[in-house]
Amino acid sequence: MLHNLFIGELAERLTKRQISSVELTRHLLSRIERLNPGLNVFITLTPERALKDAAAADARLAAGETGPLLGIPLIHKDIFCTDGVKTSCGSRMLDNFIAPYDATVVARLKGAGTVMLGKANMDEFAMGSSNETSYYGPVKNPWDTTKVPGGSSGGSAAATAARLAPFATGTDTGGSIRQPAALTGVTGLKPTYGRVSRYGMIAFASSLDQAGVFARSASDAAAVLQVMAGFDPRDSTSIDAPVPDYSKALGTPLKGLKIGLLREFFEGLEPRNAALIEDALTVYTGLGAETREVSLPHLPLSVPTYYVVAPAECSSNLSRFDGVRFGHRCKDPKDLMDLYKRSRGEGFGAEVKRRIMTGTYVLSAGYFDAYYLKAQKARRMITDDFRTAFDKVDLVIGPTTPTPAFGLGAKINDPVLMYLNDIYTIGANLAGLPGVSIPCGFVDGLPMGLQLVGPHFAEAKLLNAAHQYQQATDWHRHAPRGYE
Amino acid sequence: MSNWEVVIGLEIHAQLATKSKIFSGSPTAYGAPPNTQADLVDLGFPGVLPVLNQRAVQMAVKFGLAIDASVAPRSVFARKNYFYPDLPKGYQISQYELPIVARGSLKVMLDDGTVKTIGITRAHLEEDAGKSLHEGLANATGIDLNRAGTPLLEIVSEPDMRSAKEAVAYMKKIHTLVRYLEICDGNMQEGSFRCDANVSVRPKGQEKFGTRAEIKNLNSFRFVEKAIQYEVARQVELIEGGGTVVQETRLYDSDKDETRSMRSKEEANDYRYFPDPDLLPVEIDAAFIASVRASLPELPDQKAARFAKDFALSAYDAGVLSASRELGAYFEAVIAGVGAGHAKLAANWVMGELSSALNRDNIDIENAKVDPKQLTGLLLRIVDATISGKIAKEVFEAMWSEGKPADAIIEAKGLRQITDAGAIEGVIDAVMAANPAQLADYRSGKDKLFGFFVGQVMKATGGKANPAQLNELLKSKLGGGNA
Repeated sequence: MLHNLFIGELAERLTKRQISSVELTRHLLSRIERLNPGLNVFITLTPERALKDAAAADARLAAGETGPLLGIPLIHKDIFCTDGVKTSCGSRMLDNFIAPYDATVVARLKGAGTVMLGKANMDEFAMGSSNETSYYGPVKNPWDTTKVPGGSSGGSAAATAARLAPFATGTDTGGSIRQPAALTGVTGLKPTYGRVSRYGMIAFASSLDQAGVFARSASDAAAVLQVMAGFDPRDSTSIDAPVPDYSKALGTPLKGLKIGLLREFFEGLEPRNAALIEDALTVYTGLGAETREVSLPHLPLSVPTYYVVAPAECSSNLSRFDGVRFGHRCKDPKDLMDLYKRSRGEGFGAEVKRRIMTGTYVLSAGYFDAYYLKAQKARRMITDDFRTAFDKVDLVIGPTTPTPAFGLGAKINDPVLMYLNDIYTIGANLAGLPGVSIPCGFVDGLPMGLQLVGPHFAEAKLLNAAHQYQQATDWHRHAPRGYE
Repeated sequence: MSNWEVVIGLEIHAQLATKSKIFSGSPTAYGAPPNTQADLVDLGFPGVLPVLNQRAVQMAVKFGLAIDASVAPRSVFARKNYFYPDLPKGYQISQYELPIVARGSLKVMLDDGTVKTIGITRAHLEEDAGKSLHEGLANATGIDLNRAGTPLLEIVSEPDMRSAKEAVAYMKKIHTLVRYLEICDGNMQEGSFRCDANVSVRPKGQEKFGTRAEIKNLNSFRFVEKAIQYEVARQVELIEGGGTVVQETRLYDSDKDETRSMRSKEEANDYRYFPDPDLLPVEIDAAFIASVRASLPELPDQKAARFAKDFALSAYDAGVLSASRELGAYFEAVIAGVGAGHAKLAANWVMGELSSALNRDNIDIENAKVDPKQLTGLLLRIVDATISGKIAKEVFEAMWSEGKPADAIIEAKGLRQITDAGAIEGVIDAVMAANPAQLADYRSGKDKLFGFFVGQVMKATGGKANPAQLNELLKSKLGGGNA
């Protein structure tokens, strides 16, 4: 069936005119109509626009144009501004917000001829690890709808896993691509900080946020990254470095590749989870890679460090939501203070408020040095640890998450327990490094992810390592029951 | 009062004369209809990001070099967080711990001619906020974000000034400097140049500073002077009456000529400054500094020194004539015409008749109705004794109102000076004949009557008799030289 094909396969059929983009789009739209109610993947569906985009892509194809994403449908995380389409960021605050422009990521993918099916559900303002903080209700995990899909890009992950689209965009501030990719059994790539433009991506924590991709294979992710990556003069933190040919790099043999095993990641790891990682290492050594143990001594500081830096930045980034120019405004404000207090009080959910308050606290006079400055120091130490490790190895490897998908409602009332879910992913954000999560097996019938992290701008190497693994295994081909 | 010493520091906000805003591509022109010069970045829309305008950086560096400051090889933009409707993002992007310019100084000439050096702590780049509008809006506040994101250079002085007059002299010097550098248009009515004054008093001889009050948003030299004077008097009276000054922000009401409390230190915001993660640190290398240095114009102090030396002018005259680039250029154009030997004459005319005409009609020197070439034409007629200095003033007025060259007016009005000795003698004879009594008195020793005869002759010639010649001839005739 069309929905099980990978991007490369779809592109070939589209180019050969064996299928049309309109046909593919209709197929996925009817699948969405049937399957979405059980998953709650979408905040906004854009079927008419999708069919229009598809027809335009077909016209380009008919004119002889080709392209790896031309005519390929996708879903955007609702954090990306899409011109003329509601962009809610999962929040009541922006429930009425129609973005007046396209994010750079959206514009680039549009230019490549992709077809937008709709906007994916997410944790409110990307703050969450279970997709339960969304104003639009939780997304369900297609492997078991009593479980969470992970977050914050839960909608994008679940949609990709359920074969509602061949790929989806996401953002990763502390693991928001890799963690849900792991929990839903798909491939999730978080590029190097600065590799993909943040312009038009609603900011959570500016120094950590990075746009990336969910796909069903590393090779598909490579094709998408190719279009997303590159310097953007509108984002001062995007990096003006050449973009390599990611797809071309996929054929490189792994012989001699040095893979580092993160000692800290294996300490206290659940045995069945650890066994899956061991199996994956066996695959890699079979492919010619060498493994050695490396240590990131300051990695245990990453969760507390993150929960100072990210809230600090978010407390400032979310100040613009004040009920004055856009977004939710309370009814009949008495005065300015009332307008601020009620608009923000009503517009933001509990987790967002918690982080704004935490962030405001750590930046306050008298606490700044003890929290914010100390966290910046810890961040530098963690970054240095990675740098030292990458002097010895090409990539580091470990589990993406400590456990498979947990039950809906299981952790939502215990923020610290929820935050610990990102213990393995946060380090890469603090250090600005690229990371990828790929499916590596099942525990209790639920998928688990293997995480690879590389030095800055090592996406080609990472994707190749993931691709080689996927050539040797078929974990990434498993589909959840009912979504085959 | 005389037992108290006044301590003043100024924070001057100079709007940088860039075409577009500091972090967006919107134009900065003043006076457009509300919200027509604000794009998504200025409006603080979700997802947008700031991109630093390199022209603003260049201008800040220019200023730094002009005040002999150190230009930071690495400076950092920070967010100053507070809620206000005209602040779209809920934070202002400014520089906090690492400003682009630090530790400079400026020499200021005081009224008594002494020169005082005022320290400049720092100058940093930041964005301006928008404006709240209340006029014509019933029960509502309008927000105009045209000004939001306009680049500002905030210039912070040391608490080095000891009187309102010193503060004004310093502010005027900064005003001159930023206009020389062409980094700010200096327009105070439009708010392009304004300041906050930190004012405190302490008993003379005490080292420790008194508690200061900050007077916000002063947008004229006169207001700066009056506000400081009021504030000093208020603080002294308060302390002498047994009270204490509280640290607070005050507003100056120019209608009532008083300052009023706006908010106290306790009510002050905690701005929660932290480095803006959307912007990279500004890195400035030696090559960039060298290129900016090469683009620096002659600075006011350099020009004044050159005027004093080359044209033998007093320090005061040289200072006045170099107070603006345009005035200096005008003066030099006149010198080019009349010759450096007549520099004092040119200086007197530029600082005298020309300046008062400009002030009277409230126009800029670029639009003077008598241009340097025309003024040169007039001065040459004084130099060659065609007209006297007194007549020249009359000619100047006519030139100003009629826009004609000096020679045309001299001819048309018949103002050419009488230098023919015979003609002057004829008039003297007639005057002597008509005033026999005065003549007799003079000859009997009343020397003071000499002036009377000068006046009579001038009256009879319509002021055109060459004064030097007249003096000489009159002296000899009155003395009895009745040849």
